[in-house]
Amino acid sequence: MTTTAAEASEVPHAAPKAPEPSVVPPKRFSPPDLFRTYCPLVGIGIVALVLLVWAPNSLTAFRLGNLGKYCSWALAAVGIGLAWGRGGMLVLGQGVFFGLGGYAMAMHMKLEAAGPGNVPDFMVLYGDATMPGWWEPFRSGPFTLFAIIALPAVVSFVLGYAILKRRVKGAYFAILTQALAVAFSALLIATIKQTGGFNGLNTFTTFFGHNLYDPTVKKNLYLIVAGLLILCLVIVWQLYRSRYGELLVATRDAEERIRFLGYDPANIKLVAFVVAAIMASVGGALFAPIAGIISPSNVGATASIMMIAGVALGGRASLLGPALGAIAVGYGQSTLSEQFPTQWTYFQGGLFIVVLLFLPLGVASLLPKLKALVSRRSTNMDVPSADPEAVA
Amino acid sequence: MDALTTPFLTGTAIGAILLLAALGLTLTFGQMGVINMANGEFLMAGAYATYVTQQVISSTGLSIVVAIPVAFVVAGLLGLLLEVSIIQWMYRRPLDTLLVTVGVALVLQQLAKDIFGAQGDPVSPPSWMRGSINVFGYDWPHRQLFTIVLALAALGALGAVLKYSSFGRQIRATVQNRELAETMGVSTRKVDRITFFLGSGLAGVGGVAIALISGTNPTLGTTYIIPAFLVVVAGGVGQLNGTLIAAWAVGVLTAFLTDWISGSMAQVITFALVVVFLQIRPQGLFTVRTRGLA
Repeated sequence: MTTTAAEASEVPHAAPKAPEPSVVPPKRFSPPDLFRTYCPLVGIGIVALVLLVWAPNSLTAFRLGNLGKYCSWALAAVGIGLAWGRGGMLVLGQGVFFGLGGYAMAMHMKLEAAGPGNVPDFMVLYGDATMPGWWEPFRSGPFTLFAIIALPAVVSFVLGYAILKRRVKGAYFAILTQALAVAFSALLIATIKQTGGFNGLNTFTTFFGHNLYDPTVKKNLYLIVAGLLILCLVIVWQLYRSRYGELLVATRDAEERIRFLGYDPANIKLVAFVVAAIMASVGGALFAPIAGIISPSNVGATASIMMIAGVALGGRASLLGPALGAIAVGYGQSTLSEQFPTQWTYFQGGLFIVVLLFLPLGVASLLPKLKALVSRRSTNMDVPSADPEAVA
Repeated sequence: MDALTTPFLTGTAIGAILLLAALGLTLTFGQMGVINMANGEFLMAGAYATYVTQQVISSTGLSIVVAIPVAFVVAGLLGLLLEVSIIQWMYRRPLDTLLVTVGVALVLQQLAKDIFGAQGDPVSPPSWMRGSINVFGYDWPHRQLFTIVLALAALGALGAVLKYSSFGRQIRATVQNRELAETMGVSTRKVDRITFFLGSGLAGVGGVAIALISGTNPTLGTTYIIPAFLVVVAGGVGQLNGTLIAAWAVGVLTAFLTDWISGSMAQVITFALVVVFLQIRPQGLFTVRTRGLA
């Protein structure tokens, strides 16, 4: 790498540093700082109220199902916020981990639908009705749940270890993750007899023994995904507050300094990458039963890019930004693409251009500016935790 | 013998297209740190320029000769437009240029769909390009040979510009040390713009070759962009000889694996091999030695 490129790879995080003048160590015991520390929790609480109390009681079953889909994307987005916003790793292949979870869950549901000893319907349709051996363990529900966590963890650890330990970073890292997404979806499309190919896995009937057509089961599925989203937000909030969270941001902004201080930046980034992969996988695992399908188009390079879009819009480094951005982009996709199918692509492309050109830290970066304009206390009650200063 | 020569020759032709796509990427990445995901769409623009030229000039032989400079200029101007309108505001955030250009790529693809239709259009090769020559029992299509000649000519021209022209010296100076080049009176802003024009134009020339082999298609750029980036990553940024070798290696490797297993497994294995390769040489095949820490 040339000197300019090497320097350039350090620069991108110069901009995110700008709105962080509050590097003064927090005085934990004075009341206003206590307020600041727990403000993010208030934000999470508001989101939890909206998602868990308001939405199930006032939305129709169809809309609630859609919101469930957006929540599963938001789970992946929270992980992206951790890896990209805080860790500086542009992960363009989160669809792969989303897909690992989604396919694991879908395989279990297909086997459940087929009944003990039988093979899934599509294998009879496309192949010679023989099931590959690696499908067999997914008959077991506990194994499937274990695989949803373990598969992405192992894959992301091996890949992350290989890439990050060799100090491959910046654009290289982004491109390798995107290449992974391209290869993964190509592999799925080609293995029609084992994974359903281009059509993916669909027509599920039961979810751990519960009828998926039952409205109560659908509602409970939604509550599970929304609940897990809230849980992940709380986990990430704690991570950001912890010593690890500070190290991660420090690695993003000055990797060499962290190395000279005696830490291994690769390990710090690896943790964020693995956690992000697990969150994406959990999102995918719930996407499959809620959407009723998981196919290569849900996990490929384009799908991975759309997961990034929400994070960029909401604010990559903020706590609630990625999740809310993902929900907003999901909502925009399903409403706008119905009404204006061709314009949607322009809108999608334009979103990337406008957000990154004018609002590199997303909508969340507007809040401190707003706060400066209006009087302090009254405004930061609205969406206080999306304020990067409050969570940094 | 046939089982070896066929994928070898086909792979060399794939490598030639990858080379044309990767040259622009490696130039802009090496010099400005800009990752241009819209470069695949400049291939597409070159392919459509070939198609349109053929609609205007009905003689297939003449139209191809005219199409090469037309595709170069059309794609080059698109690249220049991209630089002036968007990229120049983002030099301080190179990683973000990746996402911005993804957005540009989406817009360009949809534009091509709206203008030319979602279906691809065929481009008929001139008569002298329709035959094939016999290489060790394999009928090697002239089109593939033409692709290789075109890519090598473009590489040679670029290499000559970089090495002998004063402008090429300015590019090399900017790549090596931007600040020092500026103090020596090089207008790095101007250099950046012309580099963008050259790199995008080369992708346009690649589009001519693609149009002759598989016709035009609004989404053809997406097929080539990721392999082209893997070439840049493996070859070393800003290195012409590294890019040449990596493009050829990735092309031949893909062709052999496609022949032996399948096209999709070839993608997976190529990806895995690039990751393994980076374990051995994290900075690519060829590097400029620096005392930087990265």
